[in-house]
Amino acid sequence: MVGAGLVVIGVGIGIGKIGGSAMEAIARQPESYGKIQTAMLIAAALIEGIGFAALFAV
Amino acid sequence: MDGNFYKVYHTKIYKTDADGTINYDAEHHPTNAKPLDFSMTKNVVVIFLVGLLMFFMFKGLAKSYAKNNGIAKGTARILEPIILYIRDDIAIPNIGEKKYKKYMPYLLTVFFFVWFINMLGLTPLGVNVTNSISVTVALALITFLITNFTGTKDYWKHIFDPLGDTMPWYAKVPLYVILIPIEVLGIFIKPFSLLIRLYANIKAGHIVMMSLIGLMFLFKSWLGSPLSFGLAFAISLIELLVALLQAYIFTMLSALYFGFAAEEHEHHEEAHTH
Repeated sequence: MVGAGLVVIGVGIGIGKIGGSAMEAIARQPESYGKIQTAMLIAAALIEGIGFAALFAV
Repeated sequence: MDGNFYKVYHTKIYKTDADGTINYDAEHHPTNAKPLDFSMTKNVVVIFLVGLLMFFMFKGLAKSYAKNNGIAKGTARILEPIILYIRDDIAIPNIGEKKYKKYMPYLLTVFFFVWFINMLGLTPLGVNVTNSISVTVALALITFLITNFTGTKDYWKHIFDPLGDTMPWYAKVPLYVILIPIEVLGIFIKPFSLLIRLYANIKAGHIVMMSLIGLMFLFKSWLGSPLSFGLAFAISLIELLVALLQAYIFTMLSALYFGFAAEEHEHHEEAHTH
């Protein structure tokens, strides 16, 4: 149970960092909004997948 | 009497003798043999219904093109931009201009199938197809098979000989002892993460929603019920987004894997001729 909480904390930090960096990148280059969003979603989904796998293992 | 005898007991099928006796163990669980149960479940019915719905929707789209000189009309107008989006923003950037056409039918099918089924799971019908892991396993298995059966020579070379001509063979041997198992494992991990993601997202969303609705029955007061209703409503709005997002992610990552499978290193050959 503690492990599940730790995993969720890790996943939260990871996705938060991705979202923050994507925001910065979009603010810097608004014209490449679509590409940044796609890359952000893929990275977030990959981290999320690992998080879910760990949660199920717990 | 000859033949086989079966009996339904608590919605499960058991094999019995001619009199239909069911033997119980100490905890009153039947000990009779169970045949393989292929009865249609609610999920199977919904999968068939969504299949039919998609068939008629896209047939309508194709027909409206024929009728109106290549301009979609009616409900088909909603579908056309989504299809174009999947082609221009998912398939072409990930797979490449040359080969994307081969993969388009699967990408479109999987996107609309997952989306429709996720949306149906949010209705009060109580059908939650992607909540059952066997459905997502089947979807990911199809992606896995397509990826590996359409894999080019370069795709397999990337797995079994990732370093190529950059090193002599005796330098590669100690590296490949570690590298090749990781790459081979990667073939299986990719679809596995695909299926876990879809299944767990939908399951988690529904568990949260159910628990929030269940709070109503715990509070049993005029104060708690509107609160849990409001929270459940907010979560269902998020779930609407998740339903679309998961369909998009599944399609996107499938396209990405197909892109790996279809890759061809043209710059390699150029380097040799120069």
